[in-house]
Amino acid sequence: MSERVKFFPGREVSAEAFQSGSVLLTEYSTDLKYSWASGVAISKFLNELKNGKIVGRKCNRCDRILVPPRMFCEECFRLTDSWIYTKDTGTVNTYSIAYVGTDASRLKEPLYIAVINIDGASPGMGFLHLLNEIKSEKEIKVGMKVRAVWKEQSERTGSILDIKYFKPL
Amino acid sequence: MPANQQVAIVGVGASKFNTVTSGLSYKEMMFDAAVKAYADAGLDPRTDIGSFICCAEDFWDGNSITDEYMPDQLGAKLRPLFTVSGDGLLGIAHAYMHILAGVADIVAVESHSKLSDVVSKKEIINLGYDPVFGRLPHVDPRYLAGLEMRRYLEESGNTHEECAEVVVKNRGNALRNERAVYGAKVSTKDVLESEEIASPLTKLEESQPADGSVVVVLASRRRARKISDRPIWISGISWFSDTPNAEEMDFGQARYALHSSIKAYKMARVTNPSKQIDFAEVDDTYSYKELQHIEALGLAKHAGKFVSSGKGDPDGVLPVNVSGGSLGMGYFIEATPLIKVYEAVLQLRGMSGKNQLPNPKRCVVQSWRGIPTQSGVTAILSR
Ligand SMILES: [Zn+2]
Repeated sequence: MSERVKFFPGREVSAEAFQSGSVLLTEYSTDLKYSWASGVAISKFLNELKNGKIVGRKCNRCDRILVPPRMFCEECFRLTDSWIYTKDTGTVNTYSIAYVGTDASRLKEPLYIAVINIDGASPGMGFLHLLNEIKSEKEIKVGMKVRAVWKEQSERTGSILDIKYFKPL
Repeated sequence: MPANQQVAIVGVGASKFNTVTSGLSYKEMMFDAAVKAYADAGLDPRTDIGSFICCAEDFWDGNSITDEYMPDQLGAKLRPLFTVSGDGLLGIAHAYMHILAGVADIVAVESHSKLSDVVSKKEIINLGYDPVFGRLPHVDPRYLAGLEMRRYLEESGNTHEECAEVVVKNRGNALRNERAVYGAKVSTKDVLESEEIASPLTKLEESQPADGSVVVVLASRRRARKISDRPIWISGISWFSDTPNAEEMDFGQARYALHSSIKAYKMARVTNPSKQIDFAEVDDTYSYKELQHIEALGLAKHAGKFVSSGKGDPDGVLPVNVSGGSLGMGYFIEATPLIKVYEAVLQLRGMSGKNQLPNPKRCVVQSWRGIPTQSGVTAILSR
């Protein structure tokens, strides 16, 4: 190998070696908890979802409407100027049909996941969400117009899932 | 001897420090610090800054790819940015290298603490321990500080009372610092009689968590002279790692601070630190760490006597943690030393308000990465 290290000890081990306990593993599991402060912009956004509304922030310098909202414009690097309510309709930017669950099993009902550009927000603005009420997978297209389907007001909690999904318009 | 003047701090900014910042997201908190730093430097991050460095540990932020979430609030969208999983002073070292290597003329360094978002603080510390030997079940991981403190006091001859004097000094200094949130008038009796965490360490001897973000802007010599009429030079900087094994740690002295300071002093042409350094911002995560670091940095031979006789007071021969340190300002995880840099820059510029020292010219800022590590950075700042 080199002048200093002529050989390095160790050999390939078999599954039996693990099972018999002749090769030992150090096991540890952890459980970490966080409670992130949503902040000014996202708190307002989540609260307005409870009211069945989508809100963004407008930057007066670049004239963009940012959805989800943020208190600063990342392009102009300045504070944004005002709250703007958008429509709850949008356009599918891209989509994928997810067939595999977190445990690697095949999903009986695949999930239709889409990036949705929200109408009234600037191009490239919107959020990731689910599509549903799809008659046939062939129906889904990039550029398809969609509308939010909301949970009942009493069931909304201030979560992105207060919108159940988007359906074809 | 003129100082090493190759890289300078030309702008600093800090968010409001607090024990809990529930009204702002970490991104909004960082934006607050960044806007102030860029205004201080008179620079536009979208065009003027060539490299952005964030110092954050994924476990504390709760994202396994923290760097991806950093650009927007620093003005670094579609700009060169990376995250250092180390403390803020290590970020300053990276900035120094970027500038000398010609990667960028102007670099921004950010570090933050949003400890109020983290519920599992103890478990994250525990995850730093060796999985075979260090992760003792059902015990607060701060036992390692108790082990180190006892051996350090045994070897150094410093006393527990002298450790308590550090707390009295730093929390007292914090009372005169408007940015500090843990300022208090406490007595050595209060400190020694507060409940024990892991003996001999008591509750009041530990710095308490706080939230905040700091951004520091650095520039090459050529650019610094144009940007700033009061550049603060990084005249020396070095970092060392010791062993992660408790059995091999030299609890009697902080070797990471000793060796990194020897190198940093050499770069800065400091031959007699106790005479040539005007003030020091050293790590004081725990009371005894300040004493251990004062000795390792060559500021005093017997740090206990040095502190208890008032030599480290704001009106002493070599003020240590005049800002209030971590005991007085709070513990900000990776941002802790960047807050010390921020405070040191204000001192060197003569902008420290009630805590201002008379005409300081050169200081040492030093970091320790916390239990269970034996690593840290030493930097010499001068004007
Ligand atoms: Zn803008």
